[in-house]
Amino acid sequence: MQDLLYFIQQLINGLTIGSTYALIAIGYTMVYGIIGMINFAHGEIYMIGAYTALIAITGLAALGIAWLPLILIVALVCAMIVSSSMGWAVERVAYRPVRGKHRLIPLISAIGMSIFLQNYVHLAQGSRNIGFPALIEGGFRFGAEDSFQTSISYMQVTIFITTLICMTILSLFISRSRIGRACRAVSQDLGMANLLGIDTNRIISATFVIGAALAAVAGLLLGMYYGSIDPLFGFIAGLKAFTAAVLGGIGSIPGAMLGGLILGVAESMTSGYLSGEYKDVVSFGLLILILLFKPTGLLGKPEVEKI
Amino acid sequence: MAAHNLKHALFCAIVTLIISYPILGFNLASEGTTVTLEGAETSTVIGILLAAVIVFLFQLFRDNLMGSLRQLPAANPLANRKPMEQSKRLKLESALLTLMIIGALIWPFIASRGAVDLATLVLIYVMLALGLNVVVGLAGLLDLGYVAFYAVGAYTFALLSQYYGVSFWFALPIGALLAALFGLVLGFPVLRLRGDYLAIVTLGFGEIIRILLNNMTTSFHETFGIAYSGEHKVIFLYLIALVLAVITAIAIRRLMRMPVGRAWEALREDEIAAKSLGLNRTAVKLSAFTIGAFFAGFAGTVFASKQGFISPESFVFLESAIILAIVVLGGMGSQMGVILAAIAVTILPELAREFSEYRMLIFGAAMVLMMVWRPQGLLPMRRIHIELKKQE
Repeated sequence: MQDLLYFIQQLINGLTIGSTYALIAIGYTMVYGIIGMINFAHGEIYMIGAYTALIAITGLAALGIAWLPLILIVALVCAMIVSSSMGWAVERVAYRPVRGKHRLIPLISAIGMSIFLQNYVHLAQGSRNIGFPALIEGGFRFGAEDSFQTSISYMQVTIFITTLICMTILSLFISRSRIGRACRAVSQDLGMANLLGIDTNRIISATFVIGAALAAVAGLLLGMYYGSIDPLFGFIAGLKAFTAAVLGGIGSIPGAMLGGLILGVAESMTSGYLSGEYKDVVSFGLLILILLFKPTGLLGKPEVEKI
Repeated sequence: MAAHNLKHALFCAIVTLIISYPILGFNLASEGTTVTLEGAETSTVIGILLAAVIVFLFQLFRDNLMGSLRQLPAANPLANRKPMEQSKRLKLESALLTLMIIGALIWPFIASRGAVDLATLVLIYVMLALGLNVVVGLAGLLDLGYVAFYAVGAYTFALLSQYYGVSFWFALPIGALLAALFGLVLGFPVLRLRGDYLAIVTLGFGEIIRILLNNMTTSFHETFGIAYSGEHKVIFLYLIALVLAVITAIAIRRLMRMPVGRAWEALREDEIAAKSLGLNRTAVKLSAFTIGAFFAGFAGTVFASKQGFISPESFVFLESAIILAIVVLGGMGSQMGVILAAIAVTILPELAREFSEYRMLIFGAAMVLMMVWRPQGLLPMRRIHIELKKQE
């Protein structure tokens, strides 16, 4: 019984982290699906979202506003606006001029952008990690009083629900709206979509903006969950999210969601049953194994190289 | 100017404000567990506003500006110059190289101890950059975990000298060979992958090796190094690094002209064409990867003996990024460019201390700008070639 409770606890922790990985992974997978490049700076955009949210929260606290839903909504909206503007600007400055060149060139440009943004925040806000106030406290507990208890905090419930809402909106947006339809068309064939009168530049900008907005949501949620942020925490999270995107099949949005959840569970099982220090090793190892044996991922389509 | 331009310019200016004001305009200060918000200084705010105005004006008059810029190519006197003749260029390059080596030989006897120590570091970076240049510049394989091989070299020397009392000269080839072996073993499975996947996988390997080092070994604080006592040790170490760097440069220069070097470049230019001409893709890539790792191991051994102690903090991803920045700035594939870039990138932050805080910011921006404007680098690589003369 106790073992089962422990297992369930790890499963819940893993699903919580995994759902935020999925939110970040959407940004990677959408950009890759459309222009075939790895947006290396995406982790930094997520980090900037977390910083903006924290700035908004402290600003509201300084103004004396204490109504929790208002604080959360304002922080979320601020983070989404700043992150999506950042996503738009990054695409405009660093990716559009090098689009269509040799594969390594956009990638190096993206790495440069990632280093630039990391140090931009580092110089503006300092390199020390800053405490993120735990706005949502408390939770449910299961199990006998005197032994191990499975606990689900309200924070974890919030993360689940927010992620679920975001994913639903995104799915509806992609399948129903005009821009979503154009996105799908562009990812199938960019040149043909252009010929049919779709403004592909605008659609590519739109994917960067959507990905960045979702990353900002993840930034706020994970900032609150972990309780502290620093300018480097976007890098590892970005790498994890990329792993999730590859695991699910890069280019596929349901794949990114599935990949995020699997990765989160794998990680929390490692820290629960082996050692917390090796969870990064496990996720990178997983990434390498997938790329070696099934580069198309779980739900991806095989890519045919044409001459 | 059309209304469309005005709208776009206004939009760009607002985006500039949005992405800079929240991050730069407010400072988070944490005291204990409480976090407070402070407004930035007035100069920062004015700077942000000024940046927005500049973006606005630039976008508004973009067409006019770009048009007038295009009309004055004569401003650059070098633009219409004919490329230098090949024999002349080769002579100039070899003269420059000789001068550099002579200068490097005299250096320790005229400069201060600190300057010689810095020069040793420069030479280590030259070795690393030349090694990575083989992998990224010549073979076109983006390796983001290059620092892992550097770590293998350094740790080999540290462990051997700590537990078996092995001397530097014996550890040097062992470290390099072990790094090469790591390159071979890691490279074998991953080199089938396409360019951008390869980059991520090597990054993952680099992180794994760093985490393993972090968890499995304590950092080495006992001093070890070259058995050469006295105050001349710094100079001795410098000369060793110089000799090794020159050996690295010459070896790679020869390799570039051998069939394997030509195969690297062929594969970089067009993989399918190279394959259809009968090149063994895996073998060619693997040779580049292994040779690059070998020289990283070289550099790692020298680094360990220079520092006297090592810890995993010396081998983070940022280090890989710096080496990559050197290769990109110098010009992928160009040895001369890479050497000059290594010197510049290592020395500039030392010369201007207040600038060193902005070092990585500028590296990042420089990498983006280079890719946008001059992807071939500052001193692009030129192959020896014969041009057909136009018939009169």
